[in-house]
Amino acid sequence: MAEMLYQRDVYGKTLVELGRRTADVVVCDADLSGSTRTALFAREFASRFFNFGVAEQNMMAASAGLASCGKVVFASTFAMFASGRAWDQVRNTICYSGLNVKIVATHAGITVGPDGASHQAIEDIAIMRAIPNMTVIVPCDGPETREAVLAAFETPGPFYIRLGRAKVPSIDKRPEFRLGKGALLQEGSDVTLVACGIMVQEALKAAAELAKNKISVRVINMPTIKPLDENILAEAARQTKGFVVCEEHSVTGGLASAVAETLSEKHPAPIVRIGVKNRFGQSGDETALLAEYQLTCADIVRSAQSLLA
Amino acid sequence: MLLDSRKIKELEDKAREIRVMIVQMLARAGSGHPGGSLSSTDILTCLYYAVMRHNPKDPSWPDRDRFHLSKGHCCPALYAVLAEQGYFAKDELWKLRKFGCLLQGHPERHTPGIEVCSGSLGQGLSVALGMSLAARLDRKDYRTYCLLGDGEVQEGNIWEAAMAAAHYKSDNLCAILDYNGFQIDGRVTEVMAIEPLAEKWRSFGWYALEIDGHNMAAIHKAFATAKKIKEKPTIIIAKTIKGKGVSFMENVVDFHGRAPSRDEHDLAMKELGES
Repeated sequence: MAEMLYQRDVYGKTLVELGRRTADVVVCDADLSGSTRTALFAREFASRFFNFGVAEQNMMAASAGLASCGKVVFASTFAMFASGRAWDQVRNTICYSGLNVKIVATHAGITVGPDGASHQAIEDIAIMRAIPNMTVIVPCDGPETREAVLAAFETPGPFYIRLGRAKVPSIDKRPEFRLGKGALLQEGSDVTLVACGIMVQEALKAAAELAKNKISVRVINMPTIKPLDENILAEAARQTKGFVVCEEHSVTGGLASAVAETLSEKHPAPIVRIGVKNRFGQSGDETALLAEYQLTCADIVRSAQSLLA
Repeated sequence: MLLDSRKIKELEDKAREIRVMIVQMLARAGSGHPGGSLSSTDILTCLYYAVMRHNPKDPSWPDRDRFHLSKGHCCPALYAVLAEQGYFAKDELWKLRKFGCLLQGHPERHTPGIEVCSGSLGQGLSVALGMSLAARLDRKDYRTYCLLGDGEVQEGNIWEAAMAAAHYKSDNLCAILDYNGFQIDGRVTEVMAIEPLAEKWRSFGWYALEIDGHNMAAIHKAFATAKKIKEKPTIIIAKTIKGKGVSFMENVVDFHGRAPSRDEHDLAMKELGES
Protein backbone atom coordinates (compact mmCIF):
# COMPACT_ATOMS: atom_id res chain seq x y z
CA MET A 1 0.00 0.00 0.00
CA ALA A 2 1.38 3.38 -0.99
CA GLU A 3 2.09 5.96 1.66
CA MET A 4 -0.81 8.44 1.98
CA LEU A 5 -0.01 12.10 2.73
CA TYR A 6 -1.71 15.46 2.83
CA GLN A 7 0.22 17.72 0.48
CA ARG A 8 -0.51 20.62 2.81
CA ASP A 9 1.03 18.77 5.76
CA VAL A 10 4.17 18.39 3.71
CA TYR A 11 3.97 22.06 2.73
CA GLY A 12 3.71 23.20 6.36
CA LYS A 13 6.66 21.03 7.38
CA THR A 14 8.73 22.26 4.45
CA LEU A 15 8.02 25.84 5.48
CA VAL A 16 9.37 25.08 8.94
CA GLU A 17 12.45 23.54 7.34
CA LEU A 18 12.98 26.67 5.23
CA GLY A 19 12.27 28.92 8.19
CA ARG A 20 15.11 27.29 10.08
CA ARG A 21 17.38 27.63 7.09
CA THR A 22 17.00 31.39 6.67
CA ALA A 23 15.41 34.33 8.42
CA ASP A 24 14.40 35.73 5.04
CA VAL A 25 11.45 33.36 4.75
CA VAL A 26 8.17 35.05 5.66
CA VAL A 27 4.76 33.39 5.55
CA CYS A 28 1.39 35.04 5.02
CA ASP A 29 -2.09 33.61 5.30
CA ALA A 30 -5.67 34.84 5.20
CA ASP A 31 -7.45 33.16 8.09
CA LEU A 32 -6.92 29.62 6.81
CA SER A 33 -3.61 28.83 8.45
CA GLY A 34 -4.99 25.73 10.13
CA SER A 35 -6.21 24.35 6.82
CA THR A 36 -3.26 25.41 4.67
CA ARG A 37 -0.90 24.27 7.47
CA THR A 38 1.03 27.53 7.51
CA ALA A 39 0.14 27.36 11.20
CA LEU A 40 3.07 24.96 11.60
CA PHE A 41 5.40 27.79 10.56
CA ALA A 42 3.50 30.32 12.66
CA ARG A 43 3.99 28.20 15.77
CA GLU A 44 7.76 28.24 15.41
CA PHE A 45 8.33 31.64 13.79
CA ALA A 46 5.56 33.86 15.11
CA SER A 47 7.27 37.13 14.21
CA ARG A 48 7.71 36.07 10.59
CA PHE A 49 4.12 34.97 10.14
CA PHE A 50 1.40 37.41 9.17
CA ASN A 51 -2.24 36.46 9.33
CA PHE A 52 -4.10 39.10 7.33
CA GLY A 53 -7.54 37.83 8.20
CA VAL A 54 -10.19 37.33 5.54
CA ALA A 55 -8.52 39.79 3.18
CA GLU A 56 -6.75 38.05 0.33
CA GLN A 57 -6.18 41.18 -1.73
CA ASN A 58 -4.35 42.82 1.13
CA MET A 59 -2.37 39.65 1.77
CA MET A 60 -1.15 39.45 -1.82
CA ALA A 61 -0.19 43.11 -2.15
CA ALA A 62 1.44 43.17 1.30
CA SER A 63 3.38 40.05 0.30
CA ALA A 64 4.65 42.06 -2.66
CA GLY A 65 5.79 44.82 -0.32
CA LEU A 66 7.61 42.34 1.91
CA ALA A 67 9.25 40.71 -1.10
CA SER A 68 10.40 44.09 -2.43
CA CYS A 69 12.45 44.37 0.77
CA GLY A 70 14.26 41.08 0.19
CA LYS A 71 11.93 38.60 1.85
CA VAL A 72 11.01 35.26 0.28
CA VAL A 73 7.30 35.32 0.88
CA PHE A 74 5.03 32.29 0.94
CA ALA A 75 1.39 33.38 0.72
CA SER A 76 -1.31 30.81 1.25
CA THR A 77 -5.05 30.44 1.20
CA PHE A 78 -7.50 28.23 -0.69
CA ALA A 79 -6.90 28.08 -4.44
CA MET A 80 -10.26 29.69 -5.14
CA PHE A 81 -9.34 32.87 -3.25
CA ALA A 82 -5.63 32.90 -4.04
CA SER A 83 -6.37 32.91 -7.74
CA GLY A 84 -9.83 34.43 -7.98
CA ARG A 85 -10.15 36.97 -5.21
CA ALA A 86 -6.77 38.56 -5.63
CA TRP A 87 -5.99 38.12 -9.31
CA ASP A 88 -5.39 41.81 -9.98
CA GLN A 89 -3.00 42.05 -7.02
CA VAL A 90 -1.19 38.93 -8.22
CA ARG A 91 -0.97 40.23 -11.76
CA ASN A 92 -0.28 43.92 -11.37
CA THR A 93 1.63 44.05 -8.12
CA ILE A 94 3.39 40.70 -7.73
CA CYS A 95 3.99 39.45 -11.27
CA TYR A 96 4.44 42.74 -13.12
CA SER A 97 7.03 43.67 -10.52
CA GLY A 98 8.57 40.19 -10.80
CA LEU A 99 8.61 39.83 -7.02
CA ASN A 100 9.64 36.84 -4.99
CA VAL A 101 6.21 35.77 -3.81
CA LYS A 102 5.39 32.08 -3.74
CA ILE A 103 1.64 31.57 -3.73
CA VAL A 104 0.94 28.13 -2.37
CA ALA A 105 -2.76 27.50 -2.80
CA THR A 106 -4.45 24.55 -1.14
CA HIS A 107 -7.89 22.97 -1.55
CA ALA A 108 -7.80 23.11 -5.33
CA GLY A 109 -10.16 21.20 -7.58
CA ILE A 110 -13.40 19.36 -6.93
CA THR A 111 -11.90 16.99 -4.33
CA VAL A 112 -12.45 19.82 -1.87
CA GLY A 113 -15.65 17.81 -1.60
CA PRO A 114 -18.55 18.72 0.72
CA ASP A 115 -17.89 22.49 0.66
CA GLY A 116 -19.19 22.54 -2.89
CA ALA A 117 -18.65 24.63 -6.00
CA SER A 118 -17.91 27.97 -4.35
CA HIS A 119 -14.75 26.47 -2.85
CA GLN A 120 -13.72 24.22 -5.73
CA ALA A 121 -11.23 26.09 -7.90
CA ILE A 122 -11.22 24.60 -11.37
CA GLU A 123 -10.01 27.65 -13.29
CA ASP A 124 -6.96 28.60 -11.24
CA ILE A 125 -4.31 27.02 -13.46
CA ALA A 126 -5.79 28.85 -16.44
CA ILE A 127 -5.82 32.30 -14.88
CA MET A 128 -2.47 31.98 -13.14
CA ARG A 129 -0.69 30.58 -16.17
CA ALA A 130 -1.92 33.47 -18.31
CA ILE A 131 0.12 35.98 -16.29
CA PRO A 132 3.61 36.84 -17.58
CA ASN A 133 6.49 36.04 -15.16
CA MET A 134 4.40 33.46 -13.32
CA THR A 135 5.60 29.87 -12.87
CA VAL A 136 2.84 27.32 -12.24
CA ILE A 137 3.37 23.98 -10.49
CA VAL A 138 0.92 21.20 -9.63
CA PRO A 139 2.69 18.55 -7.56
CA CYS A 140 1.24 15.04 -7.70
CA ASP A 141 1.85 13.87 -4.16
CA GLY A 142 3.37 14.68 -0.77
CA PRO A 143 7.06 14.19 -1.56
CA GLU A 144 6.81 16.11 -4.81
CA THR A 145 5.18 18.97 -2.89
CA ARG A 146 8.31 19.31 -0.77
CA GLU A 147 10.56 19.25 -3.82
CA ALA A 148 8.44 21.85 -5.62
CA VAL A 149 8.35 24.17 -2.61
CA LEU A 150 12.13 23.94 -2.27
CA ALA A 151 12.56 24.66 -5.97
CA ALA A 152 10.29 27.70 -5.68
CA PHE A 153 12.30 28.91 -2.69
CA GLU A 154 15.54 28.61 -4.64
CA THR A 155 14.24 30.21 -7.84
CA PRO A 156 13.64 33.97 -7.87
CA GLY A 157 10.26 35.26 -9.05
CA PRO A 158 6.57 34.60 -8.55
CA PHE A 159 5.23 31.05 -8.30
CA TYR A 160 1.79 29.50 -8.05
CA ILE A 161 1.86 26.04 -6.47
CA ARG A 162 -1.44 24.19 -6.44
CA LEU A 163 -2.20 21.65 -3.73
CA GLY A 164 -5.22 19.55 -2.86
CA ARG A 165 -7.21 19.08 0.30
CA ALA A 166 -7.35 15.31 0.59
CA LYS A 167 -4.69 12.74 1.38
CA VAL A 168 -2.99 11.41 -1.72
CA PRO A 169 -0.91 8.30 -2.34
CA SER A 170 2.78 8.86 -2.93
CA ILE A 171 3.71 7.81 -6.43
CA ASP A 172 6.03 4.83 -6.55
CA LYS A 173 9.43 5.30 -8.21
CA ARG A 174 8.73 8.91 -9.15
CA PRO A 175 11.76 10.72 -10.57
CA GLU A 176 12.72 13.73 -8.49
CA PHE A 177 11.00 17.03 -9.36
CA ARG A 178 12.92 19.24 -11.73
CA LEU A 179 11.53 22.68 -12.41
CA GLY A 180 10.22 22.98 -15.96
CA LYS A 181 10.62 19.27 -16.67
CA GLY A 182 8.10 16.52 -17.16
CA ALA A 183 8.96 13.14 -15.70
CA LEU A 184 8.61 9.88 -17.57
CA LEU A 185 6.89 7.45 -15.20
CA GLN A 186 6.44 4.70 -17.73
CA GLU A 187 7.68 4.07 -21.28
CA GLY A 188 5.14 3.20 -23.96
CA SER A 189 4.60 3.38 -27.71
CA ASP A 190 0.85 3.45 -28.40
CA VAL A 191 -0.56 6.34 -26.44
CA THR A 192 0.79 8.99 -24.04
CA LEU A 193 -0.97 9.96 -20.84
CA VAL A 194 0.06 13.36 -19.50
CA ALA A 195 -1.17 14.20 -16.00
CA CYS A 196 -0.66 16.46 -13.04
CA GLY A 197 -1.82 16.46 -9.42
CA ILE A 198 -4.06 13.65 -8.24
CA MET A 199 -4.64 12.54 -11.83
CA VAL A 200 -1.12 11.12 -12.05
CA GLN A 201 -2.17 8.20 -9.88
CA GLU A 202 -5.27 7.66 -12.04
CA ALA A 203 -3.17 7.76 -15.18
CA LEU A 204 -0.87 5.07 -13.82
CA LYS A 205 -3.86 2.91 -12.96
CA ALA A 206 -5.27 3.46 -16.44
CA ALA A 207 -1.95 2.48 -17.98
CA ALA A 208 -2.02 -0.81 -16.07
CA GLU A 209 -5.59 -1.46 -17.24
CA LEU A 210 -4.72 -0.69 -20.84
CA ALA A 211 -1.69 -2.97 -20.68
CA LYS A 212 -4.08 -5.88 -20.11
CA ASN A 213 -5.37 -5.20 -23.62
CA LYS A 214 -1.83 -5.08 -24.97
CA ILE A 215 -1.88 -1.31 -25.28
CA SER A 216 1.54 0.19 -24.59
CA VAL A 217 1.09 3.38 -22.59
CA ARG A 218 3.56 6.11 -21.89
CA VAL A 219 2.87 8.07 -18.70
CA ILE A 220 4.25 11.53 -18.12
CA ASN A 221 3.96 13.36 -14.82
CA MET A 222 3.85 17.05 -15.74
CA PRO A 223 4.14 19.02 -12.49
CA THR A 224 5.36 22.24 -14.09
CA ILE A 225 2.52 23.59 -16.19
CA LYS A 226 4.45 26.74 -16.95
CA PRO A 227 7.04 26.76 -18.38
CA LEU A 228 5.91 23.56 -20.08
CA ASP A 229 8.42 20.84 -20.99
CA GLU A 230 8.16 20.91 -24.76
CA ASN A 231 10.87 18.31 -25.38
CA ILE A 232 9.19 15.50 -23.52
CA LEU A 233 5.98 16.22 -25.46
CA ALA A 234 7.81 16.37 -28.81
CA GLU A 235 9.38 13.00 -28.16
CA ALA A 236 6.05 11.50 -27.16
CA ALA A 237 4.42 12.99 -30.26
CA ARG A 238 7.01 11.25 -32.43
CA GLN A 239 6.91 7.94 -30.62
CA THR A 240 3.21 7.47 -29.78
CA LYS A 241 -0.07 7.91 -31.65
CA GLY A 242 -1.74 10.51 -29.45
CA PHE A 243 -2.29 12.06 -26.04
CA VAL A 244 -4.78 11.88 -23.23
CA VAL A 245 -4.21 14.79 -20.86
CA CYS A 246 -5.62 14.42 -17.35
CA GLU A 247 -6.19 17.13 -14.74
CA GLU A 248 -8.53 17.98 -11.90
CA HIS A 249 -9.31 21.34 -13.48
CA SER A 250 -11.46 22.77 -16.21
CA VAL A 251 -10.59 21.54 -19.69
CA THR A 252 -10.37 25.23 -20.55
CA GLY A 253 -6.98 26.77 -19.97
CA GLY A 254 -5.24 24.21 -17.81
CA LEU A 255 -2.65 21.52 -18.45
CA ALA A 256 -4.56 20.06 -21.39
CA SER A 257 -4.80 23.48 -23.01
CA ALA A 258 -1.10 24.09 -22.46
CA VAL A 259 -0.23 20.71 -23.99
CA ALA A 260 -2.61 21.31 -26.90
CA GLU A 261 -1.12 24.73 -27.57
CA THR A 262 2.38 23.33 -27.76
CA LEU A 263 1.47 20.27 -29.77
CA SER A 264 -0.75 21.97 -32.31
CA GLU A 265 1.84 24.61 -32.97
CA LYS A 266 4.90 22.39 -33.22
CA HIS A 267 4.06 18.69 -33.15
CA PRO A 268 0.43 18.16 -34.22
CA ALA A 269 -1.04 15.05 -32.64
CA PRO A 270 -4.49 13.80 -31.62
CA ILE A 271 -5.42 14.80 -28.08
CA VAL A 272 -8.24 14.02 -25.67
CA ARG A 273 -8.83 16.16 -22.58
CA ILE A 274 -9.83 14.65 -19.26
CA GLY A 275 -11.07 17.45 -17.02
CA VAL A 276 -14.12 19.35 -15.85
CA LYS A 277 -16.18 20.29 -18.89
CA ASN A 278 -17.70 23.75 -18.53
CA ARG A 279 -19.50 22.97 -15.28
CA PHE A 280 -19.29 24.06 -11.69
CA GLY A 281 -18.54 21.49 -9.02
CA GLN A 282 -20.92 20.46 -6.25
CA SER A 283 -21.00 18.96 -2.78
CA GLY A 284 -20.18 15.31 -2.33
CA ASP A 285 -17.45 12.94 -1.37
CA GLU A 286 -14.33 12.75 -3.49
CA THR A 287 -15.10 9.40 -5.06
CA ALA A 288 -18.57 10.38 -6.15
CA LEU A 289 -17.36 13.69 -7.53
CA LEU A 290 -14.47 12.21 -9.47
CA ALA A 291 -16.89 9.74 -11.05
CA GLU A 292 -19.52 12.39 -11.83
CA TYR A 293 -16.96 14.67 -13.48
CA GLN A 294 -15.34 11.79 -15.37
CA LEU A 295 -11.96 12.07 -13.73
CA THR A 296 -11.34 8.39 -13.06
CA CYS A 297 -9.10 5.64 -14.32
CA ALA A 298 -12.05 4.24 -16.29
CA ASP A 299 -12.57 7.56 -18.08
CA ILE A 300 -8.91 7.69 -19.05
CA VAL A 301 -9.02 4.07 -20.29
CA ARG A 302 -12.08 4.83 -22.41
CA SER A 303 -10.52 7.95 -23.86
CA ALA A 304 -7.28 6.20 -24.72
CA GLN A 305 -9.15 3.39 -26.43
CA SER A 306 -11.28 5.76 -28.47
CA LEU A 307 -8.21 7.74 -29.45
CA LEU A 308 -6.54 4.58 -30.77
CA ALA A 309 -9.66 3.18 -32.42
CA MET B 1 12.62 70.41 13.32
CA LEU B 2 10.72 73.26 11.76
CA LEU B 3 11.83 74.66 8.45
CA ASP B 4 12.97 78.24 8.24
CA SER B 5 11.38 80.58 5.76
CA ARG B 6 14.36 80.36 3.41
CA LYS B 7 14.06 76.56 3.17
CA ILE B 8 10.32 76.84 2.67
CA LYS B 9 10.88 79.27 -0.17
CA GLU B 10 13.37 76.85 -1.70
CA LEU B 11 10.84 74.02 -1.57
CA GLU B 12 8.15 76.23 -3.09
CA ASP B 13 10.49 77.19 -5.91
CA LYS B 14 11.35 73.55 -6.47
CA ALA B 15 7.66 72.63 -6.58
CA ARG B 16 7.13 75.30 -9.21
CA GLU B 17 9.92 73.77 -11.32
CA ILE B 18 8.37 70.32 -10.88
CA ARG B 19 5.02 71.67 -12.09
CA VAL B 20 6.70 73.12 -15.15
CA MET B 21 8.23 69.75 -15.94
CA ILE B 22 4.91 67.96 -15.41
CA VAL B 23 3.14 70.16 -17.94
CA GLN B 24 6.04 69.91 -20.38
CA MET B 25 6.29 66.14 -20.22
CA LEU B 26 2.54 65.61 -20.52
CA ALA B 27 2.29 68.00 -23.46
CA ARG B 28 5.02 66.05 -25.24
CA ALA B 29 3.54 62.68 -24.29
CA GLY B 30 0.13 63.75 -25.59
CA SER B 31 -1.62 61.76 -22.88
CA GLY B 32 -1.46 61.28 -19.12
CA HIS B 33 -2.84 62.75 -15.91
CA PRO B 34 -2.05 66.39 -15.14
CA GLY B 35 -4.77 67.07 -12.53
CA GLY B 36 -3.59 64.73 -9.80
CA SER B 37 0.07 65.21 -10.67
CA LEU B 38 -0.25 68.92 -10.02
CA SER B 39 -2.32 68.45 -6.87
CA SER B 40 0.31 66.15 -5.34
CA THR B 41 3.39 68.13 -6.42
CA ASP B 42 3.91 69.99 -3.14
CA ILE B 43 3.57 66.80 -1.10
CA LEU B 44 6.09 64.93 -3.27
CA THR B 45 8.51 67.84 -3.32
CA CYS B 46 8.45 68.13 0.45
CA LEU B 47 8.92 64.38 0.88
CA TYR B 48 11.88 64.01 -1.43
CA TYR B 49 13.60 67.32 -0.61
CA ALA B 50 12.97 67.68 3.10
CA VAL B 51 11.63 64.52 4.68
CA MET B 52 12.81 61.22 3.24
CA ARG B 53 16.17 59.60 3.83
CA HIS B 54 17.28 58.43 0.41
CA ASN B 55 20.18 58.38 -1.99
CA PRO B 56 19.55 58.85 -5.72
CA LYS B 57 23.00 57.35 -6.44
CA ASP B 58 22.01 54.17 -4.63
CA PRO B 59 18.29 53.54 -5.14
CA SER B 60 18.47 50.12 -3.47
CA TRP B 61 20.25 51.34 -0.33
CA PRO B 62 18.72 49.00 2.30
CA ASP B 63 18.21 51.78 4.86
CA ARG B 64 16.36 54.15 2.54
CA ASP B 65 12.92 55.37 3.43
CA ARG B 66 10.42 53.77 1.07
CA PHE B 67 7.94 55.67 -1.05
CA HIS B 68 5.14 53.98 -2.93
CA LEU B 69 2.85 55.84 -5.31
CA SER B 70 -0.42 54.00 -4.89
CA LYS B 71 -2.19 56.48 -7.17
CA GLY B 72 0.12 55.40 -9.97
CA HIS B 73 -1.46 57.58 -12.64
CA CYS B 74 0.13 60.65 -11.01
CA CYS B 75 3.60 59.36 -11.85
CA PRO B 76 4.52 62.44 -13.94
CA ALA B 77 4.96 64.34 -10.67
CA LEU B 78 7.05 61.54 -9.18
CA TYR B 79 9.10 61.16 -12.37
CA ALA B 80 9.88 64.88 -12.39
CA VAL B 81 10.99 64.74 -8.74
CA LEU B 82 13.10 61.62 -9.30
CA ALA B 83 14.74 63.15 -12.38
CA GLU B 84 15.47 66.37 -10.53
CA GLN B 85 17.01 64.33 -7.74
CA GLY B 86 19.22 62.47 -10.21
CA TYR B 87 17.68 58.99 -10.17
CA PHE B 88 17.81 59.06 -13.97
CA ALA B 89 18.59 61.52 -16.74
CA LYS B 90 16.14 64.37 -17.19
CA ASP B 91 15.95 63.56 -20.92
CA GLU B 92 13.91 60.52 -20.01
CA LEU B 93 11.04 62.81 -19.02
CA TRP B 94 10.52 63.87 -22.61
CA LYS B 95 10.03 60.24 -23.70
CA LEU B 96 7.27 59.57 -21.18
CA ARG B 97 4.74 57.01 -22.48
CA LYS B 98 6.60 56.54 -25.78
CA PHE B 99 7.54 53.15 -27.17
CA GLY B 100 10.78 51.88 -25.65
CA CYS B 101 10.83 54.51 -22.91
CA LEU B 102 12.07 54.14 -19.35
CA LEU B 103 9.09 56.03 -17.95
CA GLN B 104 5.99 53.95 -18.47
CA GLY B 105 2.47 55.35 -18.38
CA HIS B 106 2.18 54.00 -14.85
CA PRO B 107 5.12 53.25 -12.52
CA GLU B 108 7.18 50.21 -13.34
CA ARG B 109 9.88 48.64 -11.21
CA HIS B 110 12.76 48.98 -13.65
CA THR B 111 12.65 52.75 -13.26
CA PRO B 112 15.26 53.79 -10.68
CA GLY B 113 13.43 55.03 -7.59
CA ILE B 114 10.31 52.94 -8.19
CA GLU B 115 9.98 50.18 -5.61
CA VAL B 116 6.97 48.23 -6.90
CA CYS B 117 4.69 48.64 -9.91
CA SER B 118 1.42 50.49 -9.42
CA GLY B 119 -1.44 51.73 -11.54
CA SER B 120 -4.29 49.44 -10.64
CA LEU B 121 -5.77 51.43 -7.78
CA GLY B 122 -6.26 50.34 -4.21
CA GLN B 123 -3.26 48.05 -3.81
CA GLY B 124 -0.53 50.45 -2.78
CA LEU B 125 -1.32 50.82 0.89
CA SER B 126 -0.98 47.05 1.23
CA VAL B 127 2.37 47.18 -0.56
CA ALA B 128 3.54 49.92 1.78
CA LEU B 129 2.31 47.92 4.76
CA GLY B 130 4.43 44.99 3.56
CA MET B 131 7.46 47.28 3.37
CA SER B 132 6.84 48.57 6.88
CA LEU B 133 6.51 45.02 8.22
CA ALA B 134 9.81 44.13 6.54
CA ALA B 135 11.46 47.05 8.35
CA ARG B 136 10.22 45.67 11.65
CA LEU B 137 11.52 42.18 10.85
CA ASP B 138 14.92 43.57 9.87
CA ARG B 139 14.99 45.92 12.88
CA LYS B 140 15.55 48.84 10.55
CA ASP B 141 14.37 52.35 11.26
CA TYR B 142 13.39 53.35 7.75
CA ARG B 143 9.91 54.74 7.26
CA THR B 144 7.45 53.94 4.48
CA TYR B 145 5.38 56.61 2.78
CA CYS B 146 2.43 55.94 0.53
CA LEU B 147 0.49 58.45 -1.55
CA LEU B 148 -3.20 57.68 -2.04
CA GLY B 149 -5.84 59.34 -4.16
CA ASP B 150 -9.23 60.35 -2.82
CA GLY B 151 -11.19 58.44 -5.44
CA GLU B 152 -8.84 55.56 -4.76
CA VAL B 153 -10.14 55.04 -1.24
CA GLN B 154 -13.35 53.79 -2.81
CA GLU B 155 -11.42 50.55 -3.39
CA GLY B 156 -12.12 47.92 -0.75
CA ASN B 157 -8.49 46.82 -0.69
CA ILE B 158 -7.57 50.17 0.89
CA TRP B 159 -9.67 49.41 3.95
CA GLU B 160 -8.29 45.90 4.23
CA ALA B 161 -4.85 47.49 4.40
CA ALA B 162 -6.04 50.21 6.78
CA MET B 163 -7.37 47.57 9.17
CA ALA B 164 -4.19 45.51 8.98
CA ALA B 165 -1.78 48.43 9.45
CA ALA B 166 -3.58 49.41 12.64
CA HIS B 167 -3.67 45.79 13.77
CA TYR B 168 0.08 45.56 13.33
CA LYS B 169 0.57 48.97 14.99
CA SER B 170 2.67 50.05 12.03
CA ASP B 171 3.88 53.41 13.29
CA ASN B 172 6.64 53.38 10.68
CA LEU B 173 3.98 53.75 7.98
CA CYS B 174 2.66 57.11 6.84
CA ALA B 175 -0.04 57.49 4.20
CA ILE B 176 -0.82 60.77 2.50
CA LEU B 177 -4.19 61.26 0.89
CA ASP B 178 -4.22 63.73 -1.98
CA TYR B 179 -7.71 65.08 -1.37
CA ASN B 180 -8.40 67.11 -4.49
CA GLY B 181 -12.09 66.22 -4.60
CA PHE B 182 -12.29 64.99 -8.17
CA GLN B 183 -12.12 61.65 -9.93
CA ILE B 184 -12.49 60.74 -13.61
CA ASP B 185 -16.26 60.80 -13.66
CA GLY B 186 -16.63 64.01 -11.68
CA ARG B 187 -16.74 65.27 -8.13
CA VAL B 188 -15.96 62.60 -5.55
CA THR B 189 -18.99 63.73 -3.56
CA GLU B 190 -21.21 62.99 -6.55
CA VAL B 191 -19.59 59.80 -7.83
CA MET B 192 -19.22 58.02 -4.48
CA ALA B 193 -19.08 59.96 -1.25
CA ILE B 194 -16.09 59.18 0.97
CA GLU B 195 -16.73 61.52 3.90
CA PRO B 196 -16.34 61.62 6.82
CA LEU B 197 -12.80 60.75 5.85
CA ALA B 198 -10.72 61.57 8.93
CA GLU B 199 -13.29 59.87 11.14
CA LYS B 200 -13.17 56.77 8.97
CA TRP B 201 -9.40 56.49 9.33
CA ARG B 202 -9.53 57.23 13.05
CA SER B 203 -12.16 54.59 13.56
CA PHE B 204 -9.87 52.16 11.75
CA GLY B 205 -7.18 52.91 14.33
CA TRP B 206 -5.08 55.48 12.49
CA TYR B 207 -3.78 58.83 13.62
CA ALA B 208 -5.28 61.27 11.12
CA LEU B 209 -4.10 64.78 10.37
CA GLU B 210 -5.88 67.24 8.11
CA ILE B 211 -3.79 69.89 6.39
CA ASP B 212 -3.62 72.25 3.47
CA GLY B 213 -1.74 70.17 0.92
CA HIS B 214 -0.26 73.24 -0.76
CA ASN B 215 1.16 74.84 2.35
CA MET B 216 4.77 73.68 2.43
CA ALA B 217 5.29 74.50 6.10
CA ALA B 218 2.12 72.61 7.03
CA ILE B 219 3.09 69.61 4.92
CA HIS B 220 6.51 69.45 6.50
CA LYS B 221 5.13 69.84 9.99
CA ALA B 222 2.64 67.03 9.38
CA PHE B 223 5.42 64.64 8.39
CA ALA B 224 7.35 65.64 11.51
CA THR B 225 4.29 64.97 13.65
CA ALA B 226 3.73 61.58 11.97
CA LYS B 227 7.25 60.52 12.91
CA LYS B 228 6.44 61.02 16.57
CA ILE B 229 3.21 59.01 16.59
CA LYS B 230 3.76 55.63 18.20
CA GLU B 231 1.80 52.39 18.06
CA LYS B 232 -0.39 53.45 15.15
CA PRO B 233 0.02 54.40 11.51
CA THR B 234 -0.56 57.99 10.44
CA ILE B 235 -2.53 59.37 7.53
CA ILE B 236 -2.10 62.94 6.39
CA ILE B 237 -5.27 64.03 4.67
CA ALA B 238 -3.99 66.80 2.46
CA LYS B 239 -6.68 69.09 1.05
CA THR B 240 -5.50 69.98 -2.42
CA ILE B 241 -6.64 71.54 -5.65
CA LYS B 242 -6.76 69.36 -8.71
CA GLY B 243 -4.57 70.91 -11.39
CA LYS B 244 -3.00 73.27 -8.82
CA GLY B 245 -0.83 76.01 -10.31
CA VAL B 246 -2.38 76.19 -13.75
CA SER B 247 -5.54 78.30 -13.56
CA PHE B 248 -7.45 76.67 -16.39
CA MET B 249 -6.72 73.20 -15.05
CA GLU B 250 -7.71 73.92 -11.47
CA ASN B 251 -10.80 71.99 -10.44
CA VAL B 252 -11.48 71.05 -14.06
CA VAL B 253 -12.29 67.38 -14.14
CA ASP B 254 -11.41 67.10 -17.82
CA PHE B 255 -7.76 67.48 -16.87
CA HIS B 256 -7.84 64.39 -14.69
CA GLY B 257 -6.67 62.39 -17.65
CA ARG B 258 -6.11 64.73 -20.59
CA ALA B 259 -2.78 66.16 -21.61
CA PRO B 260 -2.49 69.88 -22.40
CA SER B 261 -2.46 70.94 -26.04
CA ARG B 262 0.39 73.04 -27.43
CA ASP B 263 -1.49 76.28 -26.71
CA GLU B 264 -2.49 75.14 -23.27
CA HIS B 265 1.13 74.21 -22.60
CA ASP B 266 2.32 77.69 -23.62
CA LEU B 267 -0.30 79.36 -21.47
CA ALA B 268 0.61 77.14 -18.50
CA MET B 269 4.30 78.00 -18.92
CA LYS B 270 3.44 81.66 -18.70
CA GLU B 271 1.38 81.16 -15.57
CA LEU B 272 4.14 79.13 -13.96
CA GLY B 273 6.59 81.91 -14.68
CA GLU B 274 8.43 80.04 -17.38
CA SER B 275 8.89 82.16 -20.52
